[in-house]
Amino acid sequence: MIWSKYSVPQAFYPLAGRLIPWFAAVAVILMVVGLYMGFFVAPTDFQQGESYRIIFVHVPAAWMSMFLYVVMAVWAGVGMGLNARLSFMMAQAIAPTGAMFTFLALLTGAMWGKPTWGAWWVWDARLTSELILLFQYAGVMLLRTSIDDVRRADRSSAVFALVGVVNVPIIYYSVQWWNTLHQGASVSMATGSKMAATMLMAMLIMTIAFWMYSIAVILARVRCVMLERESLPTWDEKPAAMPEAVEAR
Amino acid sequence: MSHSSMWEAVTGIVRRDLLLAMRRWSDAAMSVFFLVIVVSLFPLGVGPEPAVLRTIAPGVLWVAALLTCLLSLARVFTPDYLDGVLEQMVLVPQPLSLLVLGKVLAHWVISGLPVVLLSPLLGLQFGLEGETLGVLVLSLLLGTPTLSMIGAIGAALVLGVRGSGLLVALLVLPLYVPVLIFGAGAVTSSMAGIGGEANLSLLGACLVLSLFLAPWATAAALRIALE
Amino acid sequence: MLQAVGLSCRRGERRLFSDLNVKVERGKLLAVVGENGSGKTSLLRIFSSLLPPEDGSVRWEGQDIHQLKELYSGQLMYLGHLNGIKDDLTAVENLISSMALAGEPCTESEAKEALEAIGLKRLVHRLSSKVLSQGQKRRVALARLWLSTRPLWLLDEPFTSLDAASTAVVTQRLHAHLQREGLVVVVTHQEIALPAERLQQLRLAG
Repeated sequence: MIWSKYSVPQAFYPLAGRLIPWFAAVAVILMVVGLYMGFFVAPTDFQQGESYRIIFVHVPAAWMSMFLYVVMAVWAGVGMGLNARLSFMMAQAIAPTGAMFTFLALLTGAMWGKPTWGAWWVWDARLTSELILLFQYAGVMLLRTSIDDVRRADRSSAVFALVGVVNVPIIYYSVQWWNTLHQGASVSMATGSKMAATMLMAMLIMTIAFWMYSIAVILARVRCVMLERESLPTWDEKPAAMPEAVEAR
Repeated sequence: MSHSSMWEAVTGIVRRDLLLAMRRWSDAAMSVFFLVIVVSLFPLGVGPEPAVLRTIAPGVLWVAALLTCLLSLARVFTPDYLDGVLEQMVLVPQPLSLLVLGKVLAHWVISGLPVVLLSPLLGLQFGLEGETLGVLVLSLLLGTPTLSMIGAIGAALVLGVRGSGLLVALLVLPLYVPVLIFGAGAVTSSMAGIGGEANLSLLGACLVLSLFLAPWATAAALRIALE
Repeated sequence: MLQAVGLSCRRGERRLFSDLNVKVERGKLLAVVGENGSGKTSLLRIFSSLLPPEDGSVRWEGQDIHQLKELYSGQLMYLGHLNGIKDDLTAVENLISSMALAGEPCTESEAKEALEAIGLKRLVHRLSSKVLSQGQKRRVALARLWLSTRPLWLLDEPFTSLDAASTAVVTQRLHAHLQREGLVVVVTHQEIALPAERLQQLRLAG
């Protein structure tokens, strides 16, 4: 089976190296197209004027931030279940990118909030959930860096990531509940069905661009993690030594 | 393994931890004093205006309860980790998650129950009265065990890790958000005259969920910490 | 029968041992010796199932201990280099609570007998453990040997801070256990005064 072959770090490393440029190129192209469509082609919103255009970054970033948390938790869970080193490395590599998107979503949310609500930060249900998601990403990363033993660091942060994945929907729901109780500012950002076709298109393109970007960055980071952990820098130059190593595992 | 010896092991843990807490009663007393002091600081900071105090009371009391629980988390597993009892616990023929449940129960009796019992007095300080006081006690009674359960996961994850005191706060506080929202929400809605039932049942749901999931996650974290 | 098959263990960057095979029959004592840092304690922890091996497996009566899980825990008594006793409890309370925890509850009089067997006088039973000396604390922990009915004993440096008399008492107890078809794995620096046919030695290279 080809997949089991590439699930071995020694084989995965050169494969990832070959794939990164492709994902990166697609990401750049789609991002340029998506941003152009979002900022120049999509029609001006009759209520919010031009400022709404930040949602072409904000919404895909928010989606990615939650999606990547789930992906990270899945890798962590697979790592715990199968005791697979590569899974833990993937989980480790995903966390910073996920945190970055969470931060981007918060930043763009604030930029959108200022002209719309007249304040940089409002305790809107979605923004608050994103903020807590950022705390959870921070928890996963800090727990990992605080533990010296790699094996324990992997497994402890995996447990926390899995606990967090249960927590995220509960938080989302509870924050919405809290928001209705206190009747805070809750203006929906995604205007839903009223969205023009070009707007939806631009948002989708941006989402795919972020996906491609994430894959490229995560693969690059996982390569760094491998080098750090295995201290075997000969992998990518000498494929001749590979088959033996694959057998040995 | 038979049910009786399972029961024996769990009650044994609870009994021992309570006995230890009695010998070290100053630890539990410190938590209580901490709670009282933190709560008393707010009127000094915000001003003695009764209407303002009543508005912030649910949040202040709940955040204080949460911090009290957080500060006592280091006592759940760390002593056992340092003196080797934890190793013995992991090597017991009973499911570790059951023993964890015993540890958490003891922790709640030592650090959660005093908060619940003291809360009416603190509520009075903030001008809460009648039914609202009752809802406050009830919300803490339902919520503080959940705090202990979730806290135990964090306490187990940071065992023996440098900077564990701060780290456990960073890990656990985001997980406390739903409990805080429902708990303080119950008191707020009771004050607004719409009754706290909905929030209280959500708190109950959180408790049930944590009863099922937290001991299991804590047990996994303990095993990892002892490897 | 306890058996290690192709065990290897790595702590951090260091490989402690690899492809280790050893077999302990009933009625035998395996003494694990070697220099500091050679992985003796890690091996004992692997035997106890606290530490999963990097490779290979441990088998109890032919079955992998990671499949037996709690069934295996019901077969063993583990005493690590930490005593597992609480400073705020008395010797008797400590012994009773650790036996209850292990699922082998004992009465107060049984606990007292065990403490006396290992040479702790009645006077000491009622003292808070924090005033006991290192050797006395170790003996409180070792008193479990007189109460446990488990076949497999895993002991990490049981003789540290014991005087000659106590060492002899503990050795006798180990001998009695072996005569009842028990198994013992001991990590130690010392010679153990047991008949040669009961002894088996494993030397770990540093």
